[in-house]
Amino acid sequence: MFKKTLAVLLVIAMAVGTLFAFTSCTTQDKFKIGVICLHDRQSTYDNNFITAVENVKKALNLEDDQVIVKTGIPESNECAVAAEELIKEGCDIIFADSFGHEEFLIDVAKKYPDVDFCHATGTHAHTEGLANFHNAFAAIYEGRYLAGIAAGLKLNEMIDAGTITADQALIGYIGAFTYAEVISGYTSFYLGARSVCPTATMKVQFTGSWYDEIAEKNAANALMDLGCVLISQHADSMGAPTACESRGVPNVSYNGSTVDSCPNTFIVASRINWEPYFKYIIEQKQAGKKIDTDWTGTIATGSVVLTDINNKAAAAGTKEAIDNATAELKAGTLHVYDISKFTVEGKALDETHKPSEGTDNVFAEGTVIVKDGYFHESEYRSAPYFDVTIDGIELLNVKY
Amino acid sequence: MDKEAVKKPAKAPLLVVSKRDALPLGKRILIRAAALVSAIIICALMILIVGKANPFLVFAAMFRGFFINILPSIYSVAILLGISLAVTPAFKMKFWNIGAEGQALVGALVTAVIMIVLGGKLPDPVVTVIMLLGAVIAGMLWGIIPAFFKAYWKTNETLFTLMMNYIAIEGVNLLLEVCGGPSHVVGRSLLEHGRMALFNEPYIIPIAVAAILAVVMFFYLKQSKQGYEISVVGESENTAKYIGINVKKVVIRTMAISGAICGLIGFMIVGGVDYGITTTTIGGRGFTAIMVSWLSKFNPFIMILTSFMIVFLEKGANSAASKFSLIDTNFSNVLIGIILFFLIGCEFFLEYKIHFGRSSKEVQK
Repeated sequence: MFKKTLAVLLVIAMAVGTLFAFTSCTTQDKFKIGVICLHDRQSTYDNNFITAVENVKKALNLEDDQVIVKTGIPESNECAVAAEELIKEGCDIIFADSFGHEEFLIDVAKKYPDVDFCHATGTHAHTEGLANFHNAFAAIYEGRYLAGIAAGLKLNEMIDAGTITADQALIGYIGAFTYAEVISGYTSFYLGARSVCPTATMKVQFTGSWYDEIAEKNAANALMDLGCVLISQHADSMGAPTACESRGVPNVSYNGSTVDSCPNTFIVASRINWEPYFKYIIEQKQAGKKIDTDWTGTIATGSVVLTDINNKAAAAGTKEAIDNATAELKAGTLHVYDISKFTVEGKALDETHKPSEGTDNVFAEGTVIVKDGYFHESEYRSAPYFDVTIDGIELLNVKY
Repeated sequence: MDKEAVKKPAKAPLLVVSKRDALPLGKRILIRAAALVSAIIICALMILIVGKANPFLVFAAMFRGFFINILPSIYSVAILLGISLAVTPAFKMKFWNIGAEGQALVGALVTAVIMIVLGGKLPDPVVTVIMLLGAVIAGMLWGIIPAFFKAYWKTNETLFTLMMNYIAIEGVNLLLEVCGGPSHVVGRSLLEHGRMALFNEPYIIPIAVAAILAVVMFFYLKQSKQGYEISVVGESENTAKYIGINVKKVVIRTMAISGAICGLIGFMIVGGVDYGITTTTIGGRGFTAIMVSWLSKFNPFIMILTSFMIVFLEKGANSAASKFSLIDTNFSNVLIGIILFFLIGCEFFLEYKIHFGRSSKEVQK
């Protein structure tokens, strides 16, 4: 009896399988893009990508079956399996959103030269030499610099009101890991703050995770206990913003506005807008044109954006100051990592400076990243590579 | 008062649960099929009302999701089946081994370490053999340690095996910290040597190994002396002692087998397919396997079907989720939950019957 049942079940499974195998052959030659996400919309990071591709779908009048979003794909062979499945569904572009997806995507890219693979935040495209593998990132340090200006003005307001002295203008910053991406982020934020509040200093606490609500909340509270009067973070949970709200300490956020949960303390947030990139790759592919190997979105391309300023928490004149700096950044008259604006162990940054060694930090022979008086971030590779600890920033823990 | 007290026993409880006589096989299959059909109907309603999609299209997408890329799907079934087979002897012995996750992960960890340390220094096939041995021994040790403590000092094996999982996870974290560079990745660029593959096709070997394991485990449990000892120890330790079975030896030996198979699975995942390791390499399958084993009543052949069903649901539902905008991974987990709820629930009705108070009185008469 059992064997019979097994046989019947297997026959049914196989029949259905072949049926679907046949239907898959009839897939039309319609353009399709597949998007691989590490988590789903619950994560602010992945939500940012999913929203962007949905908006582009509407803007370009794509049909529902032309955009396939796969969520919850871990950074393992599952990523390669998901990519192959999307290719069998007829996708012409495969996009993946997480750093750890990269090597699995490269392996699949080698097998399918006709499909284009676009990977956000990765570092290998510019050295891999694969025509169909591309990296993309945005010059988010520009956005953080602008958000830093809002923070500096808030510190000035507190100094003017007499709540703190000029020497007490201490910023607290919660970082996920000691990667260049995070270092580049907090340094530009600090330089933005210091451009308007010269006495500002900063303490940085790392959590060792991109998403750990409790660790981020604890780090925020610890920083506030150490006398930090303003907090910002580079991690994806609501831990730090809510800790700030409950103690009435102003917060500059990341990835998206937190004003709904933190109406009294949220000042502004910077975020990467992926819409221009999705639009770019879809249009290039449809037109049969080449996609850039390494694409960097900037303020000028609309890839780096700020949320609305919360006037309840922000200092007066914040919008004007940010608008002015934005214009200067776009015009190229202002450089975030201007080496006359910061020092490393008391000295200006050496023009021969190279990023620290590592498999992710490979640059073409003879690449000079510090010249013309500033550090050229995100120019020779889309993923950030500024990894210098500058004076005025104190790292409380560096174990991650 | 007294009168009422006398009356009360006559008033039987509303519902009475009693053990059933064994049902004929045909009826058992019918009940299970009915449960599955009811589950599918509820799922269809959920999809229609909450997901606002056509249930038929969603079910079609589930089949398509599983079969469109068939080898990796069967590989996933094989891995789940392998771990389920591994935990089965222990559970049959009533040893609550919830450490399969850690036993497989430590096998994966040792595989990765050997690939890094010996890769390139010895010929690749030699490295592969050392990886295999290392992983099996590591998994075995991870199983033997809690078994030894249980056998000699009566420690609680549930807590012990659970805690061993965390040690394995932290071991992987240590590896990522030491060898993973600034981005903490131990992946394909590091694990280049000693990869196991047959005709450039990574999935074939794990699938074949799991199939062979299922057959071997079936005969081991049903036909061998050791299999008999396991069931006696599981039924009653005192009986086992009385008929001269060395319980300590059986406990330790069985857990060694459990752990060794888990280690082998960890080796196949890292050395055969992933060529990389993270703390989530096993991905909770060490726990899912416990459910597979119990749902299949420890029968290795039924485990093939059960693992197939669970992987089909997961793969299919996730694949469907990617095509219907209102359906996300949480929604597909709800669907999987509904189906498992019905299937596990019907097991209860196969063993017990529920009847209203009055009829139980009749039964007593």
